[in-house]
Amino acid sequence: MSSAWTIVLAVGVVSVLLKAAGPVLLGGRALPNWLQRMVALMAPTLLAALIATQIFADGRQLSFDARAAGLAVGAVGVWRDWPVLLVVVLGAAATALTRLALR
Amino acid sequence: MRTALPLGVAVFGFAVSFGIVARSAGMGWLAPLVMSATTFAGSAQFAGASVLGTGGGVAAAVVAASLLNSRYLPIGISIAPAMTGGILKRLLSAQLVVDESWAVGHIGGGRYSRGRLLGAGVLIYAAWVGGTAVGVLGAGFLGDPERFGLDVVSPVLFLALLKGQISGRLALLAAVLGVAVTLLMVPVSSPGVPLIAATSACLLGLRKR
Repeated sequence: MSSAWTIVLAVGVVSVLLKAAGPVLLGGRALPNWLQRMVALMAPTLLAALIATQIFADGRQLSFDARAAGLAVGAVGVWRDWPVLLVVVLGAAATALTRLALR
Repeated sequence: MRTALPLGVAVFGFAVSFGIVARSAGMGWLAPLVMSATTFAGSAQFAGASVLGTGGGVAAAVVAASLLNSRYLPIGISIAPAMTGGILKRLLSAQLVVDESWAVGHIGGGRYSRGRLLGAGVLIYAAWVGGTAVGVLGAGFLGDPERFGLDVVSPVLFLALLKGQISGRLALLAAVLGVAVTLLMVPVSSPGVPLIAATSACLLGLRKR
């Protein structure tokens, strides 16, 4: 088997198991109270962490580049409660233009 | 679904670049397509293809991809109460959960809507597989999706969703702590590890109120 297909198979199996573990083992039932209290914090925690890596990380390096401009513009829009689509378009445009300017 | 649609566009762009990267990493056209349809986890697939493309070897590619996917373990636990039905149905629906559909599926206080999870999941799955097809079948003429700033669409949307999640001081503290842990871990660990380390901030939920 070629290395490409080995990766497809191995990564696929690991991914399916990781995604399915919670729903298969604990599915359809309420979580115990202590676990539910932790899960309630997962959305704010992991969303904030995902934003941090998607904007300020490049592999194993911290970076500050055109993506930060998009986030800054997006933050203003989110803070001012502008329509989501508008905020996204403005954020993407800010990043694209900054990238062009820095080239 | 107002939030899911722009996410679909961003995921499509991301998938196109995955297709291009995978193709140039020597994965051919079929393997990346099968991978998108079965693995359905953007960053992990990207890492796998990149490691292979830079001569990192199969084991390194699999480890990198698995570390990036490790967050799906806690994510899976968080959505478990919403995943009803038989074991096969739960296993299959769980595959539709990625960062984006998980974020859209949250209805507050750690509760998730099965309908929103799966609705957004199907849309994003279609965008991911479709984008991969466009990428592997030679989309060099489209240029790099990053040129259009598509790589900030998902973090900006996550920010909009995050605003609604900051329901009190504890949630705010957890978010700030999550960012701090993530940024501290980035230089000293493989991609994916900072995210799973950040979830330790959820331990704040154990505090006596």
